[in-house]
Amino acid sequence: MIGTLLNILHTIKKERWAYIFLIVPLALFSIFNLLPMVATVILGFADYFPGGSPLWVGMSNYTYALSDDLFWKALWNTMLYTMGVVPISISISLVLAYLIFGLKQSIAQAIFKSAFYIPVVTSGAILSLVWLWIFNPAKGLLNYILSFLGIGPYLWTSDPQMALPSLILMAVVGGHGAAIVLLTAAMGSVPTTYYEAAHLDGASAVRQFWTITIPLLRPTLLYLVVTSTIASFQVFTQVLMMTGGGPNYATTTLVYLIYTDAFEYFDFGKAAAEATILSLGLATIAVIQYKWLSSDVEY
Amino acid sequence: MSRLIGYSILTIFAVVTLIPLYWMVVSAFQPPSVVIAFPPRLIPSPASWLNFSQLFNGSRILTWMTNSLIVTGTVTISNVLLGTLAGYTLAKKFFPGRQLIFWAVISLMLIPSQLTIIPLYALIIQLGWVNTYQALIVPALIMPFSIFLMKQFLQTLPSELMDSARIDGCSEWGVFQRVVLPLAKPGMGVLGIFTFMGIWNEFLWPLIVTNRSSMMTLQIGLNSLQNQYYTDYGLLMAGAAVSATPMIVVFLLFQPYFVRSITIGAVKG
Repeated sequence: MIGTLLNILHTIKKERWAYIFLIVPLALFSIFNLLPMVATVILGFADYFPGGSPLWVGMSNYTYALSDDLFWKALWNTMLYTMGVVPISISISLVLAYLIFGLKQSIAQAIFKSAFYIPVVTSGAILSLVWLWIFNPAKGLLNYILSFLGIGPYLWTSDPQMALPSLILMAVVGGHGAAIVLLTAAMGSVPTTYYEAAHLDGASAVRQFWTITIPLLRPTLLYLVVTSTIASFQVFTQVLMMTGGGPNYATTTLVYLIYTDAFEYFDFGKAAAEATILSLGLATIAVIQYKWLSSDVEY
Repeated sequence: MSRLIGYSILTIFAVVTLIPLYWMVVSAFQPPSVVIAFPPRLIPSPASWLNFSQLFNGSRILTWMTNSLIVTGTVTISNVLLGTLAGYTLAKKFFPGRQLIFWAVISLMLIPSQLTIIPLYALIIQLGWVNTYQALIVPALIMPFSIFLMKQFLQTLPSELMDSARIDGCSEWGVFQRVVLPLAKPGMGVLGIFTFMGIWNEFLWPLIVTNRSSMMTLQIGLNSLQNQYYTDYGLLMAGAAVSATPMIVVFLLFQPYFVRSITIGAVKG
């Protein structure tokens, strides 16, 4: 017992530089990441106003949040948004990546990858301004283009029915760059012998795509599904700048709800409870997707 | 034939993807009367700088851009240096507590930022840091992902290199400075790009801790611009175009690093 303790002390002394190297990063990490996370979970059980002292209220923030119709509306909106964005954009990315990967000239590959990546480096605030202009009901580009097809005009973000689909459309048009880069990299690591064998057996390009490319890309697709679900669940900038959660709460998402509860109504306890629920929910979704999508990987 | 179809599909999608940015630039360079003309003019008439002169006179966009540069620059340098130091220690030193620290880093990396901002904001208020650079910079000086990325990257370096430097009489700091840092450069480049883009485009945190125009970052400035000039689309598109330019230039200059930052982030931990 004392021997092991001495051993540990000896290792600590021998590796003292490890601790010296870690002092600054770990102090910052603890103060600005670790402690705030713990504090949020604790705040969920208190009434708290910045500057005041917390008043313990047990589970009432949670019962209050969960009995609030707006919470369920926000959860539903967030899920609709995610279910709209994730499958469509990953499917489009997959097709585009496959087409780019099939190009013979590497210059053409690079040009297309850059073209699809440029909107990704453009901030959400910039894209929100641009899309508000495009969605403008009277003078906007989108209604103008659709008028040639005899569709519209629509109110887009000002119409309760159309507001959430508008945000989905915006996300689907711009968000393929990162997925394409990842998928083309993964396609490059598939052994060409598989395709040669399939080709000899007379499999068509479409069939090769479904029976060779897709199964072998499964780990990458899994990663994309999990990360883009998490990102979509946290949609915020567009909501704040383009719709303010409206009209009639049609685009109030969970993070927007947390933001208004915390920083407009200063109900920190309720917002902390909602943030904790969101984090637990996201962790659960990630685990389920991981189990479900990776269960029968045979390769 | 199938190649032609492939090119056509890709071109159509690329055009659709880039139309919003094209339309932003076109609208920015049109005089206000042309911007709001209907039907819109898809091909621009001669460029006008009117929106830009109104933008620079009527807003603090240069202040916002300077703020963004100060904040992003400081946070990026700090994350690259501290992330490399912590990542090296976790990858190559075997000390009691190493596993615990690594798991704390991974867990914090995976939780959404909304779980930490409420107490962080309370802390910023207690410190009297609202509308200061400290509020924008200090909480982000080291982020869990930076430690994780550099640990993953440095793990692949052969430990013999550091051991032989020690045998030659190099101090522990000397090993880090003369052996690890030069070898870590590719990883540091990727982390630098990743952090730069993340902090430059960050919205929620600067929105919460700044409300004075002189302290806003570019993204929050654009939001205030939208509230102030919500009908003046020419001016708003000029603001958007000015704001988009630095990041697109950085992307075109450092493209290989961007590509690596995406693929390296997806490496199974």
